[in-house]
Amino acid sequence: MSFSREFVKGIWVENPVFILLLGLCPVLAVTTSAENGLGMGLASSFVLLSSNIVVSIIRPVVPDRVRIPVYIVIIASFVTIVDLVMSGYFRPLYNSLGLFIPLIVVNCIILGRAEAFASKKSTPLAIADALGMGLGFTLALVMLGSVREIFGNGTIFNVSLFGPDYIPVLVMILPPGAFLTLGILTGIFAALEKK
Amino acid sequence: MKEIIRLITVLTVVCALAGLSLSFVNSATRDARAYQDRLELLSALTMVLPEHDNEPDEDIIDVSGTTYYLARTEGLITGVAFITASEKGYSGLIRVIVGVTPEGEIITIGILEQKETPGLGTKIADDWFKDQYQGKTIENAIWAVKKDTGDFDQISGATISSRAVTEAVKEGLEAFAAHRQEILGGSDVVQ
Repeated sequence: MSFSREFVKGIWVENPVFILLLGLCPVLAVTTSAENGLGMGLASSFVLLSSNIVVSIIRPVVPDRVRIPVYIVIIASFVTIVDLVMSGYFRPLYNSLGLFIPLIVVNCIILGRAEAFASKKSTPLAIADALGMGLGFTLALVMLGSVREIFGNGTIFNVSLFGPDYIPVLVMILPPGAFLTLGILTGIFAALEKK
Repeated sequence: MKEIIRLITVLTVVCALAGLSLSFVNSATRDARAYQDRLELLSALTMVLPEHDNEPDEDIIDVSGTTYYLARTEGLITGVAFITASEKGYSGLIRVIVGVTPEGEIITIGILEQKETPGLGTKIADDWFKDQYQGKTIENAIWAVKKDTGDFDQISGATISSRAVTEAVKEGLEAFAAHRQEILGGSDVVQ
């Protein structure tokens, strides 16, 4: 149970999006561009890291019967902090992510890691787990966002790739494009994992 | 009984600490958020108002529920901006900022907020669409899209979005025309 093993598992063998298929609502909704995916991934990772740390620290004093409400209060507080800070310092990103920032509260990856991991393990391991899972989640969102932005808008991180004559495949930015891309990427991940 | 007291204590302490830290972050970021709000408003106002030497976001007048932002040069009103909205967009609310001359002629419009379909309805923010409102007043145009025998081109594939913008601008202009004297306050107007 080493630090590095817990870290790597979130990126690859237990990737929250492509392997566990958790937290798909924000995954599908905000990945219309690589930048949105990165912003959402980092915001979620911050909440995940903070809540994992706090949950693992207060683990000895929280009675089993009220653990879920306690976790929810902790997660909701960190999400509100992210919301306030983003609104003050990263306004364009805040505007484009909009409603999905408060919705990090109900992202099942975060409560899932608190319940399944941080509430049972020491703080250093909980940090490794949160960093790995957060990075895995962020990478997945950036990959999805990049693919959708490249095909649906002809750009990546707002940099034009194919020149002005490119006709974007609009469906990639619309909801069906999210499902298509997620399905194909999940398939590639599964095929690679079998090898 | 002892167990229940323990549960209550833990929950209360956790919630109190959470509330405390939130109130701290809230007050720590209040100035930054207010500053960003003001920047957003100012950039929108600069977009739709003519050259001015005052602070239009502070030179305001509220008339029947709408805030009017006044642009002045050497004290004379050169333009008025107001925010209008329609709920009839394809995906709900569309907010539009409109800049008009004191006579009620549109200088330009800007889309502040919309959730329309990317690539279709989002074209309401394109220049060619917004430019067709320039120079229009409530009297000199038929305020509907061409499909509804009006004067404004609709975006193909996004008639609903185009209708919503046209309707929002029309309602805003009507309100401005109805309260014009009050808004300009009988003050000196550039003729």
